[in-house]
Amino acid sequence: MRIVTTRRISQLFFFLLFLWFCIVSTPGNRFHQFDGWVVNWFLQLDPLVGIATLLSTHTLYGWLGWGLFSLIATILFGRFFCGWLCPFGTLHQAFSFVVYRKATVKKRLELNSYRPLQRSKYILLCVFLTLAAFPGESGILITGLLDPIPLFSRTVNLVLLPIVDSDIGLTSVNQRWYESSMLIGVVFLIFVLLNCLVPRFFCRFLCPTGALFGLFARLSIFRFGKEQEQCSDCKRCEQFCEGGCSPSTSIKTGECLLCCNCIDPCKDAIFDYRAQPFPTIPEKHIDLSRRGFTLSLVTGLISAPALNLSNRSGQNFNPNLIRPPGSIDETSFLKRCIRCDQCIRICPTNVLQAADLSFGLTELWTPRLNNRIGSSGCQLNCVACSQICPTAAIRPLGLAEKLGKNEFSQYGPIRIGTAFFDRGRCLPWAMDTPCIVCEENCPVSPKAIHLTEHYKNVRNGYHQVKRIDKNHIQLTKGALLPSQYGSGDYFCLIGDQRYPIFTNDQATITIDGPLLNVKQARQITIQVRLQQPAMDIKQCIGCGICEHECPVSGLKAVRVTAEGETRSGGKRLLLQS
Amino acid sequence: MKDNNDQSYTRREFITRSAKASLSIAAVTATGYLLHDSDGPARQQNIEGITHLPDYRVSPISGKNLSIVSGTDRIKTVNHGLQLLGGIDHFIKEGDIVGIKPNIGFASPSLLGATSDPDLVGELIRLCYQVGKASKVLVFDNPINDPAACFQLSGIEAVCRKAGAQPILPRDHYFGRLTLDKAKLIRDWPVFLQPLSRINKLIGIAPVKHHHRSGASMSIKNWYGLLGGRRNIFHQDIHTIIGELAMMVRPTLVILDGTRVMATNGPTGGALSDLRQANTMIVGSDPVSVDSFGCSLLGLKPDDLPFLGKAERLGAGILDFQSLKPLYGKVS
Repeated sequence: MRIVTTRRISQLFFFLLFLWFCIVSTPGNRFHQFDGWVVNWFLQLDPLVGIATLLSTHTLYGWLGWGLFSLIATILFGRFFCGWLCPFGTLHQAFSFVVYRKATVKKRLELNSYRPLQRSKYILLCVFLTLAAFPGESGILITGLLDPIPLFSRTVNLVLLPIVDSDIGLTSVNQRWYESSMLIGVVFLIFVLLNCLVPRFFCRFLCPTGALFGLFARLSIFRFGKEQEQCSDCKRCEQFCEGGCSPSTSIKTGECLLCCNCIDPCKDAIFDYRAQPFPTIPEKHIDLSRRGFTLSLVTGLISAPALNLSNRSGQNFNPNLIRPPGSIDETSFLKRCIRCDQCIRICPTNVLQAADLSFGLTELWTPRLNNRIGSSGCQLNCVACSQICPTAAIRPLGLAEKLGKNEFSQYGPIRIGTAFFDRGRCLPWAMDTPCIVCEENCPVSPKAIHLTEHYKNVRNGYHQVKRIDKNHIQLTKGALLPSQYGSGDYFCLIGDQRYPIFTNDQATITIDGPLLNVKQARQITIQVRLQQPAMDIKQCIGCGICEHECPVSGLKAVRVTAEGETRSGGKRLLLQS
Repeated sequence: MKDNNDQSYTRREFITRSAKASLSIAAVTATGYLLHDSDGPARQQNIEGITHLPDYRVSPISGKNLSIVSGTDRIKTVNHGLQLLGGIDHFIKEGDIVGIKPNIGFASPSLLGATSDPDLVGELIRLCYQVGKASKVLVFDNPINDPAACFQLSGIEAVCRKAGAQPILPRDHYFGRLTLDKAKLIRDWPVFLQPLSRINKLIGIAPVKHHHRSGASMSIKNWYGLLGGRRNIFHQDIHTIIGELAMMVRPTLVILDGTRVMATNGPTGGALSDLRQANTMIVGSDPVSVDSFGCSLLGLKPDDLPFLGKAERLGAGILDFQSLKPLYGKVS
């Protein structure tokens, strides 16, 4: 079998494996669900995730060591990841193949020649890593915006799967909703369409992971080279070169993607891949230039504190940015979150959403709760997001820790915010209408939402009495709507005694049960029994189930904001919790 | 100099061009005339849908309407309760497709009593298949919390798989419109029709729970899980909606599980301290009488629950359960 065929099989295999891991990131224990699949493997294998979080947190969390494996393999063999494994690279390669299928040899040589602009990805990498390594609270990890594996995961999980699966129902019973899918999709589409300018545009000019691999590939033991210096100079080796590494002159090993497309077309058959040195002229690497390096370093060093000037992790925190339970404090969170959005994908209720640009550039596509979306707020007995997070931006929680039980009882439950009542919108508070759906659904015990019973005179509820006949009260005017007060929530106040109303017609009110000791009355008042909800902030964990269930469906009458979250002391509400 | 246009404008061409132009003008005018709408969109029309659900009732054996069995073991008490009413095979016949509607409203472990006991549901599935010779058993509910999580955490999905019943999670297109005859609230409302139209017998299995708004959540309130849409607006008139639910659903059997009742913090609970041992299993075919006995387990009288009276007046059942001469039993 030709080596190129082997490479294509490898690319197809890992591409399908990647899609399969996206599909099985569904909570559950069936074959096509989460249990037992290493759904984060591609993210862990991506060394930019490991290296960038290493710079920002000075630790290598969990299975991120897979990234070092990729780097070691690159030091030995070159950029196998880009050419043989990366699903995003495979997509670009396949798309470019379709775009240029009819291109002439001359055109191909032009498209796949080396361009000095390929340097730009190294500059991007340098800026990203400087931002990540910046000490203190200004340090921030934004590699995830361009890192191909998080980018492609995000796109598949939040844009492509919900579209394709909406009628199949393999990954969720009902349609999944994502409020920021459009931007994710547009960015993805732009990167795909850029292949129309230059094949593998993203890989050659933008990919920070590719740049990281490029730096290590310079050291590679095994590499491509030419057996002899002289050749017929037909340039056919460059026709299908994926990396644009100029094999016809001297291969730039840092740019070589190991696509092997130079071997077969060569008239003189002089290409080889081996550890022994080649007799040809030494390979030139891309010159990163001292100026470019300095410039990107300075850019990073200035951008980090500039981005932090918004005071986003301080007093000016966004109260609508409710992080999933287990999230670490905001500064550290932004040093770890790679915006892979696996938490959003795994969330069984669909309440987790990718933050859009309104939350700020540094927060873009990080997880937040939107209680108006999904099947039901943040579920009490669920820790899925914390378990899947590959970088521990959301710390892995057990149920006992989340609920503050057993050995964690001294800490109390994890709170992600606090629900506040908007009394101007709440039916029992503002509209004299019984409701308390929020109280019913509050999942903690004892309930955080408690009720005060209150009897209130209804509007136009004073009536003159004509006569009283057993349990019927005849009114002088027939002004009522039939069974207007028949719901069981209305009462008739006679003197200082309250009687439950059974039903009414236009001029008669019927009392449920006997009218004790009342034979004569001149006037009555109709009252409604209201149970008005209030929040016990010592009990509220901010799960948002009340907000989700509130029947005031637009701007909810009970809303969760980030105050009171346990991950940061600065937002606490109570002196003692 | 001659004008080119004049020169090329022959009669034939003139006629052809005029004909094309007039046909186009006619087509445009006709389009405008035929498609013109002088009124604009009409007021939104309600889709009326069906007017009632199938009647799943089986007439009880005379004098055997309601059984109340005390004991701690749900499997024993429910079997005894069913025996007192003539056995499950009086209700479920060979080839029946049985729907079981447990309360799976909340994503909480069955231990906390917010949902129907999975072992009890499993036993009913077994009885339907083995004794009643049912051909198929469907288990369905439209939960409040995330459906998949509710079915899984409550243990009901696992029990369905084990006992060979088909769990049906709500999907948007499983709901159809119902405008219930004589109802005030259930009008043009989405109802979980997909399973309801497939079955010919329906068994409700509900726990006894405290409920702040209505007083108690028992076998009639359990039918709330057959409603779709923004059903929580019905809380504004909770007693009427529960009364109408009793009228909407005519079940084959209801099983009200008062083995451990949720005495406080209902209907979600969340702590074992919210539960109290009451050791009672109630089986009957009239949910109104079942609930009017059931509320005593929470220390309530039927009068405390206006929805029971409303249900009776809507002809859904009998409030005075004593008049049905309940059959009492006890298992150790």
